[in-house]
Amino acid sequence: MESLSLFHEINAKPDEYAAKWKTETGGKVIGNFCSYTPEELITASGALPFRILGTGADISKADAYLQSYSCSLVRGALEDALAGRLDFLDGTVFPHTCDSIQRLSDIWRMNTGFPFHADLVMPVKLDTESAGEYMVSVIRKFRKDLEKGLGIEITDDMLKDAIVTSNRVRKNLSRLYAVRKQNPELINSSDLHTIFRAAMLMDRKQLADSLEPIAASLESKTATAATKKKRVVLSGGLCSMPDVYKVIEASGGAIVWDDFCTGSRYFEGFIDENGDLEKNIAEKYMERVACPAKHSGIFSRGEYLVEKIRENNADGVIFVFLKFCDPHSFDYPYMKEMIEKEGIPSMLFEIEDKSSSEGQLKTRCEAFMEML
Amino acid sequence: MTSPENKTDVKPDTKKDPDKEKRKIKSDKKMREIMTAYYIEAKTPKEQTGKKIAWITSGGPVEPLQVMDVIPIYPENYGAMIGASKMGVELCEKSEEMGYSSDLCSYARADIASSTVNGGPIGGLPEPDMLICCNNICGTVLKWYEVQARYYNVPLFILDTPICHTEFNSDMKRYVVTQIQEYISFLEKICGKPFDYDRMNEVGALSIRGQALWQEILDTTMNRPAPMTCFDAFFHLAMIVTLRGTQTAVDYYESLLAEMKERIAEGIGMLPHEKYRLVWDNLPIWYRLRWLSNKFTDRSACLVADTYTSGWCSSMKYLDENDFLGSMAEMYTRIFLNSGTDIMADNIIKMVEKYEADGVVFHSNRSCKPYSLGQYDMQKLIQKKVGIPTLMIEADMVDERMFSESQVETRIDAFIEMLK
Repeated sequence: MESLSLFHEINAKPDEYAAKWKTETGGKVIGNFCSYTPEELITASGALPFRILGTGADISKADAYLQSYSCSLVRGALEDALAGRLDFLDGTVFPHTCDSIQRLSDIWRMNTGFPFHADLVMPVKLDTESAGEYMVSVIRKFRKDLEKGLGIEITDDMLKDAIVTSNRVRKNLSRLYAVRKQNPELINSSDLHTIFRAAMLMDRKQLADSLEPIAASLESKTATAATKKKRVVLSGGLCSMPDVYKVIEASGGAIVWDDFCTGSRYFEGFIDENGDLEKNIAEKYMERVACPAKHSGIFSRGEYLVEKIRENNADGVIFVFLKFCDPHSFDYPYMKEMIEKEGIPSMLFEIEDKSSSEGQLKTRCEAFMEML
Repeated sequence: MTSPENKTDVKPDTKKDPDKEKRKIKSDKKMREIMTAYYIEAKTPKEQTGKKIAWITSGGPVEPLQVMDVIPIYPENYGAMIGASKMGVELCEKSEEMGYSSDLCSYARADIASSTVNGGPIGGLPEPDMLICCNNICGTVLKWYEVQARYYNVPLFILDTPICHTEFNSDMKRYVVTQIQEYISFLEKICGKPFDYDRMNEVGALSIRGQALWQEILDTTMNRPAPMTCFDAFFHLAMIVTLRGTQTAVDYYESLLAEMKERIAEGIGMLPHEKYRLVWDNLPIWYRLRWLSNKFTDRSACLVADTYTSGWCSSMKYLDENDFLGSMAEMYTRIFLNSGTDIMADNIIKMVEKYEADGVVFHSNRSCKPYSLGQYDMQKLIQKKVGIPTLMIEADMVDERMFSESQVETRIDAFIEMLK
C-alpha cells in the first residue's frame, strides 16, 4: 500500500503544514468549523480551507470568554486562537450550526483579530423549496464576501476547477470507505481518520493527487478472509480526540461506517460540474446527510443510520459525541430506539476532554465488544 | 415566562404588615384569574371548545393562530411553571432516565418528561394538534419540537429565522417573508378553512397595542422609586407571551399600567428603601424567585429592568401598523436574542442608561447557551463603556441541582460591596 507518511506528518503538525503552504504559495489560509463550509469557494479563491479541530491543549485563556458548559471543540478552538496557535490564519468562516458555534462566532469576531470573518447563516431547514433558494443566496453572498475580503475575483473557471478537485477528493475518500466496508483488515480506521484529518486542511489538489494511488493500491489487493472482528458503525459528532478508532479496534471492533462530520458527512454527495455552479454547490449541501443541528425531517437521521447498518452488515453502533453537544444529545434517544427495533445494540460515549476519556472508553468498548 | 404558579413560593403572611400590603401590586389577582381561565379553556376537551391546539415556542408568531381560533400553548411557559413549583428536578430526572443528557435545556427536559407522565403543576399540557417552532430564540427548540413531533405524531411547522450576527439582509428577509406565507398555508390546511386577512389586521393591531403597553409598563421603573421590579415583570410577562394579539391582554395591561401610574403618583415603590438600581440579564431562576427578590430587597437593591421580559417588545420598531403580516417577518427575526453578542451588549448598556442602573446582574444559565455564551464579553463591554460593576450568578432556570445558595449569596454580598 502507498505510504501514509505524508498524512501522518501533516496530522502531527497541521500548523506547520499550513504555515509552510502559505510561504510557498503566497496564498491565504481560511479556518472553518464545519463540514457545511463550502470549501469549493475557498479553494477557488486560491486560499487554503483549514478545518479547525482544536489541538487539545489545556484551557486557560478561553475560560475568560466561555462558560464551562461549552463543548471542548468550542473552548479548545478559542484557546488555540487566543494562545497564538492559529496565527497562520487570515480569516475564519462560521457556517451556522448549533447555538454554541453561533456564539463562538461572535466571541471570535470580537476577540481574536483575524482580518477576515464570515458568518454563513445557512438555513436550518433543508427540506423546503424556500430554504433551498435561501441556501443559494447564502452561497452567492459568500462568494462576494470572499472576493471582497481577500481582494480577488473568483471567476467561474476558477470555481469549476475547485469543484472538479473537490469531487475528485470526495470520490477517492469514498473509495477508501468502500474498501474498508468490504475488508476492514485492509485499512485500519485510525489510519483512515488520519487521512481525513489531514484532508480537511491540506492543499486540495495535492490531496486529490495523493489519494488516487492509495485508493487504487487498496482496491487491487485481494480480499482476505472475512474479518472476525465485530462490525461497528459510529454515529455522532466530531471526534478527533482521543483516537477512538484505535481504542475500538484494539477492543476487537472493526469500524465499517460512520455518521461523522469528520468522516462520511465530509465526502458524501457530489457537486454538478456544469451549469449554475453556485446553485449546484447549494444543492449539494441541502441534500447531503444532515448534521443534527439541521432539519431534514423528523426521522431522517435515524433512517440514515438504520440504512447504513443494513448496508454494512453492522453488529453494533457506538454513539460518540462531545459532552455539551445539544443537537446530538437530543437525537440520541430516538436513534437508539430505532436501531434497537432492528435488533442492533449500541453504547454511548460522551467525550469531555482528551485526558479523562481514553481510559474510560477502553473499558467500555471492551465490555461492549464482549456483549456483541 | 411566567404563570399563576410562579408565585407558589410566596407564603401568605400570617400577620399582615401594612407597609408590605401597600406595596403589593393589586392587579396580581386579576392576572391569576385570566391565566387560570386560559389554562382551563385549553384543558377543556376539544369536542367542547371546537378549537385546535398548537404548541408554539415563546418567540414564535402567535398572531396567525389567534386569527385561526387556535389555542396557543407554550411549553416554555409550562417549563417556567414547573420550575416555580419546584417540580423541575423530578421531571428532569425522568427525562434523563429516557436517555436525555442532563446538560440539555431544562425546559425541554421537563416538558419532554411531562408529556409522558402528565407531570407538572396542572397535570400536563393539553395534547397538540400541531407544533409551531420558531428558532429565533435558539437551536434547542428545533430539536425539542422534533422530539414532540415524533411523540405526538402531529405536523411540525418550522419558522427558520436566520441569526443576525451583524446584519439582517434582503436574502434573509425574502426567506422569512416566504415562510410566513407557508405558515398561513400550513394553518389553512390543518384548520380546514381560509385565512381571514381582515381579522389578521385586527389581531395585528392588538398585538402592537399589547407590546406597546408592555413596554410602557416596563418603563414605569424609570421612576424613582420604581413601582415594580423585574421579579414582578417575570410574573406579568405571561400575558404578552401567551395572549399576545388578544383584547384580554390589552385590557389587562391597560389596568396594570394605570396601577403603576397611580403608584408613581403616590410615591409607592416596590422596595421600602431603594438605594441601588440594577439590570437583570437572562431567564429568571424560577425556583428561587422569592429568595433572590428578598436577597436584593434586603440590601436595598432594586432590579429595575431586565433583558428577558423586554424581549417581547424588543423588535416592535420593525413592525408596520398598516402591514402587520408583511412586517412580522422582520420583527420576529430581529429580536435581541437572535443577534450578535455585541448587539446584545449594546441593548444592556442602553438599558443601564435608560433606567439609570448602578450595576448589572447576569444569570449564567446552563440551559440557555445562546443567551449565556458571550456574557463574559458583555461584562467586559459594560465595564469599558459605562464602568459599572457586574455580577455573574451561575445557575439554571429550572434544574435546582445546579444552584448553590451559599455561593450565590456570597457573590451578591461581594457585588453589593462594590456598588457602595
